[in-house]
Amino acid sequence: MSAVGETGSSGFTARYIVDIRGLWTVFKTPAAEFVVHKDLDLAIERGEVVSLVGGSGTGKTTLLRQILGLETPAKGTINILGQPVAKLGETGAASRVGMLFQQGALFSAFNVLENIAFPLRELKMLPDDLIRDVALVKLQMVGLGAEHAYKMPADLSGGMVKRVALARALVMDPPLLLLDEPTAGLDPESADGFVSLLRSLHQELQLTVVMVTHDLDTLYELSTRVAVLAEQRVIVSGPPKDVIAFTHPFVHEFFLGERGQRAMELLREYPFAV
Amino acid sequence: MAVSTPQSSTDASTPGITLTQTPAGPCAVVMGRWTAAQLTVREVWASVAAALQAVPAGTRGWDLRPVQRLDHFGAQLLWNQWGRAWPADVQVIPSQRAVIERVAKYSTAAPTIPESTWWGRVNVLGGLLLQAFGHGKDLTRLIGQLLLDVVKLVTHPREGPWRDMSGHLYRIGATALPITALVGSLIGVVLAYLTSQQLKQFGADAFVVDILGVSIIRELGPVLAAILIAGRSGSAITAQIGVMRVTEELDAMRVMGIAHGYRLVMPRALALAIVMPLISVWTTLMALTGGMIAADLSLGISPTFFVNALPKAVEIANLTLALGKSVVFGLLIALIACHFGLRVEPNTESLGKGTTASVVTSITVVILVDALFAVVFKDIGI
Repeated sequence: MSAVGETGSSGFTARYIVDIRGLWTVFKTPAAEFVVHKDLDLAIERGEVVSLVGGSGTGKTTLLRQILGLETPAKGTINILGQPVAKLGETGAASRVGMLFQQGALFSAFNVLENIAFPLRELKMLPDDLIRDVALVKLQMVGLGAEHAYKMPADLSGGMVKRVALARALVMDPPLLLLDEPTAGLDPESADGFVSLLRSLHQELQLTVVMVTHDLDTLYELSTRVAVLAEQRVIVSGPPKDVIAFTHPFVHEFFLGERGQRAMELLREYPFAV
Repeated sequence: MAVSTPQSSTDASTPGITLTQTPAGPCAVVMGRWTAAQLTVREVWASVAAALQAVPAGTRGWDLRPVQRLDHFGAQLLWNQWGRAWPADVQVIPSQRAVIERVAKYSTAAPTIPESTWWGRVNVLGGLLLQAFGHGKDLTRLIGQLLLDVVKLVTHPREGPWRDMSGHLYRIGATALPITALVGSLIGVVLAYLTSQQLKQFGADAFVVDILGVSIIRELGPVLAAILIAGRSGSAITAQIGVMRVTEELDAMRVMGIAHGYRLVMPRALALAIVMPLISVWTTLMALTGGMIAADLSLGISPTFFVNALPKAVEIANLTLALGKSVVFGLLIALIACHFGLRVEPNTESLGKGTTASVVTSITVVILVDALFAVVFKDIGI
C-alpha cells in the first residue's frame, strides 16, 4: 500500500505532517555522482508512528536529514507541517520539530538542565524561572529525577543521554518528532524502558513520529506504519503485517529471517502495534 | 474588560485572557492556542505577559474551555500564575486537566546548588596546586619517556615510525614555508626602514647591516619562526591528539599495546626538532632579504655591499647559537602540544581549553627560554 494517492489537492497540507513528493537526493564528488533517492514519495499523517527500514546505504538517515532540512533536495518538494522545509530552520524551529540524534548530540559544555532549556533560553524573552520550570518538568517526564539537573553530559550513562536528548527535543512540545536509531547502543532493559517511554509520550502528546531503526522489537512495539526503502525509493509502506506480506528479497530477509522470526513473537503479544 | 487585545491579528488562535464579572466574582477567561509555538512569538509573549500581570492575584474563577490547544508550556505558565495550586473555581475540559496535572506533578523546586564555603575554597586552591603538580609530573614523565623512546629508536631503527615522521616533516615544515616567508620578509623590511631613519641622523648608514645581521640572525629569525610554528602546528598537534581522546582512539591504541609516547609523541617531537632549525634559517634568510631591499631603497646601500659586509658584522658563533636555540624551541613546542593533547578530557569544552592553553604556554615558554639563552650566552658571538 502506498499512502501517496491524492495529488494536487490544496487540502493536503492540513492532512499531512510530512509530505515528500518526487524527491531526488544526489551526492556529488568530483569523480562521480551517487543517487540516493530517486522520485521518492512519502506522506505521513498526524499521529502516525512511521518506521523507515532498509539495507545499509539506502538513505534512511539521509531521508531524516532531508525532512529536517539539513540536506538540499536535487529535485522534488518536501513540505513539513504544510510549509516548505526550507522555512523549518527559522527562529523557533524547536516548536515545530524535535530530533533525537543517534548519539544524543548534547552540548558538552552545558549541564543537563541548560541543555534542555537551550531552545527556550535562546529566544531571550522568557523569564528564567519559567524556563527552569518547563525544563524540569520535561526532565521528569522522560523519567529522570530532578537530582540529575546539574550533571554534565560526560557524567551520564548512554540511556540517560538519550533521555535528556529526548527531553531537549520535546521542550517546546513540537508536533513532529524524528528519531535516529532511538534504541541503538542501549542495553535491552534500557531499550525496553525507552520504547515504553516513547509510546506513552506519543499517546499523551499526540506526536507524529518518524524513526529510523534496525531494531525489530522497537519497530513492532511502536510503529503504526513501516516504510521500506530500497531501489532508491519507498517500495512499500503500510502496517507491519501488510509489509511482511510484500514480496521483495530485502523484506523477506529483514522480517522473515531468523532474527525476524524471533521478533515476530512480539507481534502476536502486542496488539498495539497492529 | 479586555486586557489583551493583540493589535495585528483578529486571529482566534492568538492566546489571550479576558476578565469577566460573574455573580460569583471575577473570572478570567483564557482563549486561543496556549502552545509554545504561539506564546514564544515576541509580540504575543509581550501581550500575554501583560495580560497575566493584569489579572488580580487570587482571582478564584478561571475558565479554560475556550482554549483551542494547551501544551505543557502553556500549562506551566498558568500553573505558575496560579501559585502552583488549583484555583477555587476552575473550568477545564478533561484533556486540559490531564496536561495541567502532569505539569503540577513534576513542578518541583529546582535542587539547590551547594553554596561555596571557606572549606570549599580551600579545596579549590588545593585542587589548583595539585593540578600544577600534575602538569609538572606529566611533563617530566613525557620528557623521560621521549628519551627512552629515542634510545629505543636508535637501537632498533627498523621498527621506528618513519613514515609517520616524514608526514609530520612535510605538514609541519614544508607547508609552513609560505607564511614564514611572508612574515619574515615583512619584519625585515619594517626593521630596516625604522633603523635607517635613525641611523641617517647620525650619518651611520653602513651600520644598518650590523644591526639587521645580529638582531635577525641571533634573535628574530629563530623566535619568529618558533612563534609561528607554535601557533600553527602546536595547536594542530594538541587538537589532533585531543580529538583522539574524545573519540577513544587513544584507548584503542593502548588496548592494542601501542605506546602513545613512541607512536604519537616521539615522531612529532623529532619532526619538530628537525624542522624548526630549517624553518628558522628560511625565516632568517627571508627577513635579511627584506631588510636588504629596504636598506637599498631608503639608504641607497647596495645589495652587494650588504652581502659583503654581513660576514664581518656577524660572528659565526651566532649561527650555531641560532640553530641550537631552534632545536630546543622545536622540542619544547612539540612536548607542550602533546602534553596538553594527552590531558584533554573526552568532551568538547576541554578540547577547546586544551588547545588554547597549549598555544599560550608554548609561545610563553619559547620567549622565556629565549631570554634564558640571551642571559647564558651573553658573551658569545657579540
